[in-house]
Amino acid sequence: MFHIYCPHCCEYREEEEFHASGQAHIPRPLDPDACTDQEWGEYMYFRKNPRGIHHELWVHAAGCRKFFNITRDTQTYEIKEVYKIGEQPSVVANSDQ
Amino acid sequence: MTSSSHTHGSQQSNRLQDGGRIDRSKTLTFTYNGKQYKGYAGDTLASALLANGVDIVGRSFKYSRPRGIVAAGAEEPNAIMQVGATEATQIPNVRATQQSLYDGLVAGTTNGWPSVETDLMEYVGKVGGKMMPPGFYYKTFMFPQSMWETYETYIRKAAGLGRAPKERDPDSYDKMNQHCDVMIVGAGPAGLAAALTAALAGARVIIADEQSEFGGSLLSSTETLDGKPASEWVTDVVKELATFDDVMMLPNSQVNGYHDHNFLTIQQHCTDQFADRAPNGQVAQRLHRVRAKWVILATGAHERPLVFGNNDVPGCMVANAVSTYINRYGVVPGNDLVLMTSNDNAYRTALDWHDAGRNVVAIVDSRKNPQGTLVDAARERGITIMVGSGVIDVQGGKRVTGVSIAPLNDAGDEVAGSIVKMKADTVASSGGWSPVIHLSCHTGARPVWNDDILGFTPGATVQKQLTAGAINGSFSTAQALLEGLSAAQDAVQLLGLTEVEVALPVTEEITESKAMALFHIPHTKPTAKAPKQFVDYQNDVTAAGIELACREGFESIEHVKRYTAMGFGTDQGKLGNINGMAIAAKTLNQTIPQTGTTIFRPNYTPVTFGAIAGRDCGALFDPERYTAMHSWHVEHGAKFEDVGLWKRPWYYPKANETMQDALNRECVATRESVGILDASTLGKIDIQGKDAREFLGRVYSNAWAKLPIGKCRYGLMCGEDGMVFDDGVTSCLGENHFLMTTTSGGAAHVLEWLEIYHQTEWPELEVYFTTVTDHWATMTISGPNSRKLLEKITDGDVSKDSMGFMDWKTMKVAGIPARVFRISFTGELSFEINVQANYGLHVWKALFEHGEEFNLTPYGTETMHILRAEKGFIIAGQDTDGSVHPFDLGLSWAVAMKKPFSFIGKRGMQREDCVRPDRKQLVGLKTIDPKVVLPEGAQGVLDPNAPIPMPMVGHVTSSYWSANLNRSIAMGFVKGGLEKMGEKVFYPLADGRVIEAEICNPVFLDPKGERQHV
Ligand SMILES: [Zn+2]
Repeated sequence: MFHIYCPHCCEYREEEEFHASGQAHIPRPLDPDACTDQEWGEYMYFRKNPRGIHHELWVHAAGCRKFFNITRDTQTYEIKEVYKIGEQPSVVANSDQ
Repeated sequence: MTSSSHTHGSQQSNRLQDGGRIDRSKTLTFTYNGKQYKGYAGDTLASALLANGVDIVGRSFKYSRPRGIVAAGAEEPNAIMQVGATEATQIPNVRATQQSLYDGLVAGTTNGWPSVETDLMEYVGKVGGKMMPPGFYYKTFMFPQSMWETYETYIRKAAGLGRAPKERDPDSYDKMNQHCDVMIVGAGPAGLAAALTAALAGARVIIADEQSEFGGSLLSSTETLDGKPASEWVTDVVKELATFDDVMMLPNSQVNGYHDHNFLTIQQHCTDQFADRAPNGQVAQRLHRVRAKWVILATGAHERPLVFGNNDVPGCMVANAVSTYINRYGVVPGNDLVLMTSNDNAYRTALDWHDAGRNVVAIVDSRKNPQGTLVDAARERGITIMVGSGVIDVQGGKRVTGVSIAPLNDAGDEVAGSIVKMKADTVASSGGWSPVIHLSCHTGARPVWNDDILGFTPGATVQKQLTAGAINGSFSTAQALLEGLSAAQDAVQLLGLTEVEVALPVTEEITESKAMALFHIPHTKPTAKAPKQFVDYQNDVTAAGIELACREGFESIEHVKRYTAMGFGTDQGKLGNINGMAIAAKTLNQTIPQTGTTIFRPNYTPVTFGAIAGRDCGALFDPERYTAMHSWHVEHGAKFEDVGLWKRPWYYPKANETMQDALNRECVATRESVGILDASTLGKIDIQGKDAREFLGRVYSNAWAKLPIGKCRYGLMCGEDGMVFDDGVTSCLGENHFLMTTTSGGAAHVLEWLEIYHQTEWPELEVYFTTVTDHWATMTISGPNSRKLLEKITDGDVSKDSMGFMDWKTMKVAGIPARVFRISFTGELSFEINVQANYGLHVWKALFEHGEEFNLTPYGTETMHILRAEKGFIIAGQDTDGSVHPFDLGLSWAVAMKKPFSFIGKRGMQREDCVRPDRKQLVGLKTIDPKVVLPEGAQGVLDPNAPIPMPMVGHVTSSYWSANLNRSIAMGFVKGGLEKMGEKVFYPLADGRVIEAEICNPVFLDPKGERQHV
């Protein structure tokens, strides 16, 4: 069970208080109607499944109900950093640099 | 040698007169396999059985060979017991070595079927042994598959899995959350030194140990500390630790799992260590959930037995276990000992045996020239030492009667001389020690092979974990103490606390010669033809089996394990894994690290379901949500339905009514006069902010820009894929204020949906969401007389002209401020009355007081479903399944494609696949025989005579008997159904019937909608 630091509450809390909401940094296309089926399909369905660094969207569901991002190592389950929506990660995978 | 001088009492023939940590003044009586025995306070079930000379404690699962106690701790593979004096208190898979003895304890063997002493399976095993090589399941049981169930029954019976109680467990179990600076696992010399060091520095410490007493190896050792028995130092440290407020000491507590981010689970045995049933008010076991800043693993090591012919005959034991039984429990489990070893340390066992006054037949040492303090001590006692030799075979069936000893070559892999036979009843063996690295593996760390200690030590980890003592291969007491101290000092520093100097006790100085890497003792015959040499007792895996697996092409140890079942089950390879890997490595002509590593997963030993469930059982298994009117529903005989966590009235049967009778009555009463539904469970979200209206337009598929204050509107919510996932009515309460309702089960999901879009996509919109589901009690009165009823108890004007369909107003109802919404899910004139929840019951009762003249009839969810189906209204989640968009549902009127913002779902529902004309579409279904009700879920076909598999065109989603229409009604999906009105569709059922139905408009009743507009 993870021990997660909520950047809004500024406290470590147990994983039971949070929900994971999938991969982070997938912005909704600004003009959906201009997207091809292919582009829309990629936005909706295609996600990374990396071994290593992964940026994830989480919500403090049983706490402040704020969404935020976590950079997590999917191999060791280490949480490398947490950061707020709109901010960029400082820890990134080599393949993403 | 006379045995009388060593016995005590009539039965405990193996008990020493004095010595050990047992209390001879407290005699305990226990029952084992139906027979009564006596033991002492301080005994484990295992030590008491050995004291009484009980040799056989089980039967092996494959070969049905008799098995005895081998070890003294968690690593015991054979003595797996069923414990419990009554049916309700049965606990399966209890290791006799870990169960404290108590008065009245009742235990039995798990896998002796039907009896340990004379086992039918022994015969089967002897015959079956040949047909049960490794890979046995795959080879024998794959074909014919139809026989599998028969085999499974046979194997499960034989496998000794224990049995669950058939009656409810009367005991309570608890869970506790703990936080600490330092969690120390193991209270041997390393753990105790660490605990004291951390405690003195002011750290919050938890120290847990699986044994009933702290001390670990020191409790069963003859070593001295500061010149006194080591156990005195243990007593002093435990006393000192008890003086710290911030030190929690947990004996009888198995740390079973080490999870992410330094989260550990500990199963603490409480009353189950001294009573069959917990005395009133006490808990049987407790599960501690610990979050530790730092963890110190001081888990020690398990001694490895050597692998030799017939090494499973009762009387064959691990050397250190024999010492433990002698020194800690005052039990010598035999008379004539042969000790076989590859190292100096095990000599202690021969010394202990000799000093207890019994006969050491010989020490058989695989090394040519052993030298050292302990070897000298054996020589001084005149014990025969046979160097460069090994025990290659054991004689005896139900107990060892003799051994065959042979000289070995230098490598220890061939017999190099003639065999000597000797009489003995006990064979203790030691192939060295395996660090207990299980917990360190739980978090994914890969262990590392260490040639110096011939074992795996913990690998690199990302956890905040330190290790100390034998887990690192530091096997001496001096090293363990030092590493415990230094690990704790590291932790103290990392925690930012100030170190305090701690004095360690002075240990004995001994010299030792190098141990030999020896795992498998050769036989004169090749392994395949030699007597069985067991590697994993619990799973009956032999050296020959592992060699066979390797020859058959299994090269990875993970594959070998799966093929042979080595390390499976409750054992998890504690004793056998390293020996098995060594044998595989040798067969494959490679090193152990090349062969692989060994990985362990939680739990370390079996955990009872009681401990896992804790208090979360019975009425507390799951939270239940009640509406404000719940007590009324109960009083009026409602049958309840679970909707999420809610308990909702399902229907209200009157005396002698069947469910269908009750539904018919409720449906007719509502349409003829007035019915009432408790609708409080509908999700309600209060939405405020200057951009609230804009936000609604983005998350609903229909238009919201022009909804005036005082009006309500139905809305459809879709995912980005265009598929409907929820619906409900949203009302405009003020220019920047709306009340959204959702389905009862979808409320939490919808709120999170709104929040994620607001916070991640459109943070520039000023809008706030508050869940108010529980704040309001909601009651819907529906039917032609609903207005007359409401008029009797409201001060508001609810006339047709003043309050139109889809209007809402504030008014007082039964004297209580209320929001009343004129919306309808039945197609009747309806009013949804919302009052502050605490007034719900009052208003509900007031409605009944005034409703008598209208035969006001309460109805539940089932009548609600029928009434809405008569009108063709959908229920999200029943008539939708995540693959249907609004057009599939015939709800094109609820999609505003021209809205300026591309609302959620718009792009998705325009994808190529979503605009196919032959999509499955929701239609009404009228059975040709009006009395026949279609089963929900039935699959439709267009040609009932088509060959199987028939092409299916869609399934029935809602189907009911309609008393109002005096016929069955249904809705369902049909491919291209909206273009097929009047055509036939057929539903072939599992019972052979084929139901024919006509595709129709789903609005079965009042298609013009006149009834709700009166
Ligand atoms: Zn928070």
